[in-house]
Amino acid sequence: MATILAVDDSASMRQMVSFTLKGAGYEVVEAVDGVDALSKAKQQAVNLVITDVNMPNMDGITLIAELRKLPSYKFTPLLMLTTESSPEKKQAGKAAGATGWIVKPFNPDQLLATVKKVIG
Amino acid sequence: MSIDMAQFHQVFFEESFEGLDIMESGLLGMQPGEVDSEEINAIFRAAHSIKGGAGTFGFTDISSFTHIMETLLDEMRDGRRDVTAEAVEALLKSVDILRHMMTATQDGDDIDLDVVKIQQAELERILASDGSGAAGQESGSSASDEGTASTGEEIIGWKIVFNPHDTILRSGNDPYRIIRELSELGETEVNCDTDQLPDLKDFDVESYHLSWDIRLNAAVEQQAINEIFDWVEDECDMAIVPITDGAPSAQAAAPHPEEVKKPEAVATETTAAPSAKSAAAKPAANKTAAKAGGAKGGAKSGGGSIRVDTAKIDSLINMVGELVITQSMLGMLGEDFDMSRVEKLNEGLGQLERHTRELQESVMQIRMLPISFTFSRFPRLVHDLSTKMGKKIELEMIGEETEVDKTVIEKIGDPLVHLVRNSLDHGIEMPEDRVAAGKSETGKIQLIASHKGGNIVIEIRDDGKGLDRDRILSKAIEKGVISDAGNLSDKQIYELIFEAGFSTAEQISDVSGRGVGMDVVRRNINELGGGIEIESDPGKGSAIIIRLPLTLAILDGQSIKVGDETYIVPLVSIVESIQCKPDMLNKVAGKGETFKLREAYLPIIRMHEVFGVENPISTDITEGLLVVVEGDGQRCGLFVDELLGQHQVVIKSLETNYKKVDGTSGATILGDGSVALILDIPDLMRLARRHQPIQFLKSA
Amino acid sequence: MSAQAAAEVEKEKDQETEKALLDVVGDQYLTFRLAEEDYGIDILRVQEIRGWDEVTRLPNAPEYVRGVVNIRGTIVPVYDLRLKFSMPFREYTKNTVVIVIRTETLKGSKSVGVVVDAVADVLHGHLIDITQSPDFGHEQMTEAISGLATFQDKMVVLLDVDKLVKDDADEVSEDEEVTEE
Repeated sequence: MATILAVDDSASMRQMVSFTLKGAGYEVVEAVDGVDALSKAKQQAVNLVITDVNMPNMDGITLIAELRKLPSYKFTPLLMLTTESSPEKKQAGKAAGATGWIVKPFNPDQLLATVKKVIG
Repeated sequence: MSIDMAQFHQVFFEESFEGLDIMESGLLGMQPGEVDSEEINAIFRAAHSIKGGAGTFGFTDISSFTHIMETLLDEMRDGRRDVTAEAVEALLKSVDILRHMMTATQDGDDIDLDVVKIQQAELERILASDGSGAAGQESGSSASDEGTASTGEEIIGWKIVFNPHDTILRSGNDPYRIIRELSELGETEVNCDTDQLPDLKDFDVESYHLSWDIRLNAAVEQQAINEIFDWVEDECDMAIVPITDGAPSAQAAAPHPEEVKKPEAVATETTAAPSAKSAAAKPAANKTAAKAGGAKGGAKSGGGSIRVDTAKIDSLINMVGELVITQSMLGMLGEDFDMSRVEKLNEGLGQLERHTRELQESVMQIRMLPISFTFSRFPRLVHDLSTKMGKKIELEMIGEETEVDKTVIEKIGDPLVHLVRNSLDHGIEMPEDRVAAGKSETGKIQLIASHKGGNIVIEIRDDGKGLDRDRILSKAIEKGVISDAGNLSDKQIYELIFEAGFSTAEQISDVSGRGVGMDVVRRNINELGGGIEIESDPGKGSAIIIRLPLTLAILDGQSIKVGDETYIVPLVSIVESIQCKPDMLNKVAGKGETFKLREAYLPIIRMHEVFGVENPISTDITEGLLVVVEGDGQRCGLFVDELLGQHQVVIKSLETNYKKVDGTSGATILGDGSVALILDIPDLMRLARRHQPIQFLKSA
Repeated sequence: MSAQAAAEVEKEKDQETEKALLDVVGDQYLTFRLAEEDYGIDILRVQEIRGWDEVTRLPNAPEYVRGVVNIRGTIVPVYDLRLKFSMPFREYTKNTVVIVIRTETLKGSKSVGVVVDAVADVLHGHLIDITQSPDFGHEQMTEAISGLATFQDKMVVLLDVDKLVKDDADEVSEDEEVTEE
């Protein structure tokens, strides 16, 4: 079954995402910020990364850029969670190598639908 | 047989490029709503000829693409379709594509069919859309989603052209996923185009080379389709074209006679279309070869060659012949020489000088080209930029036939583009502001080229709002370019914008604020041996004046002596030479020496000091000479020991074997075989500023 | 024949043999004298050897850049190697020699002239022992040393021509220098 790395500094967000995805049968690894996420991503290969943008220590966009530098993450889908559909954030994310975005607030069904589209 | 055909091809290409130029300038001159039937006819005829010729020679890609353009133009000239800005834009882009196709075919390169397909889809879309009552169909206008339900044609599906860029995989996106999502909307027919796949040995698994034609047989909202492409908008080229049950929008079809406005489809189309258009425009712009003069004469476009009149070559051959005769005559004279023959010797030497000079002038003439080569890109540039900025701007070009050295043509292009963009961006105001200021809505930019006193002068004049003296001053102080206003004239303040690290654009606008600064422009112009000045009249407009030497290899110079060293001062930089009297001198502590020339106090540059010359003949300024020179709009006096002669010197590079020496622009070889350095006046002034306190600007 | 004469004949024969061998493959070095030391440079890089000519001074240039000369229509800079390597300056005489060498830089070939005390023999690579170089006094010089050769009891310092004039003819930015390493 596919493994998803969920990155968010807000515990409640992490829990919601984690719960939703696990309920659908995915394995979930959680991380609290970019640094944590990067280290976990290196230890274990995941099939999809969903990350918040505003986080301490390393923000989501930097995380995406760093992940893309790793050979095993060159083509992995990396999704950003953005609070509003601001074009600059989207552009910055794309420039860093993001696959796409999910706009907050989202409901669990929307999250699952998007994840299903991307990794099946 | 193929040789014969090729000859005809050549003529076809030449005619076609000319036809494309006609189409382009005609389209640029077309105003939406106005119908100058003669103008449209001319454009139509040009397209028609190209189509016919291409068909005859078997260039089917070209002929079928042109056919669609022709159909659109035909409707417009018949009055069956209004001239809309949208259609004109699409036709202009189609002209670009056609140019690309021509150049590629002529050079034997591959045509980028993806790009062609996308533009073709765009043209088809326009053809399928209503041509009458077109108000509100301006390109780029926000989509009006109120649609009255159409009672005529219905959308039964969509044709989607999807060309992912080769880097798409690197963002983790998978084109199959997108196609899968599309197929969830309804029945799809999917066609894959594998043309761009490289050979197995060149294959890079990380890059993507397939393109897709998808027909979605489902009457969904376009929004649903747009959403699917949301993430990959910037990573692909695509076009979404509605399929209606009325006129099929496949090939060029006349719109349904009982046309009713098709609001929603078309209106929302404009939101997708700009992204498709801009995505299509980028590759089109990238792939379109340099347009200057097309690829006339059969040479590959953009090469380092010149077309020369054979008559010029013949006359050169004659001159060389004469030179050879003179040389052998002198040779014979030298074999058996005595003082009695000195007359003949002088005669021969005189002839030699004449022939050499003629030869030199003729050869230099060959390198001269009319500046229209550089100016030709501006009508299009101004048109595109003014549309993009929402401003109304008229461009007037004067003196296009002025001839300039080929190297100047090549190197002045980019700086000019930057300056014109600047004018458009920061100079000309938005139409509302202009009207509020009592000016006409349409701003005017003039590009003027002329010969003045041994130089080429290029002016860029606009009737915009002029330069903001106070803002420039405060910005300069803020950036540390100068410490205070001192007694800088307005002109000197305006020219602060040429200092490095300076940009007053409040937002870095995409158009002119990025990277290339005015300091780079000035440096480029200095490197060509020229200078640049600014004039401005607040509220009324500005003018940028560029002066360039007529030729780059040869210079008219004045030899000067500093100590026992000889230097060459370019004559174009010299204003006059004077002997300084004590009462003209003025020395201010900490500010350097100045002298009075008419009403102004000009700084003095002590050449001995700035160049570290040992054994100056005198350090008393009144005992030497002051050569008053001008560079970049500023004047100063060079304190030298002696003036020697004036002559034409051949410029030799120092950078070939060494590097640039500050204060100089190269070297020359004097008659006695020794080397003399040529002064670069603007650079010298900068050097002097570092050596001694000088009353130009206070910064180091 | 006396012993001495025989020895001389033998020496001559040796030299002839050497010469014959010389034309065979091997690196050749032009050697020159500079402040009592012998140096060698790749002969393929030597364009010509001239006597000292008046140069035109370049303003604000380092002291060892004596100026530029015109060599058949091209402007060529002339460096004084003594001054460049912080050795005492020696006045130029009619015996002073300028070797014009071709250096290869990032931007292409450049010709530069270097002033030396005198030019000596051409040495052949396969006849000399080339060992790695120890540290010499002057930093700039050390960088340019490509090896040490001994030839008939003489020690010859082999110089890399490109490194010899590297800092002058090129305006190498700091970034470039870092990536070079």
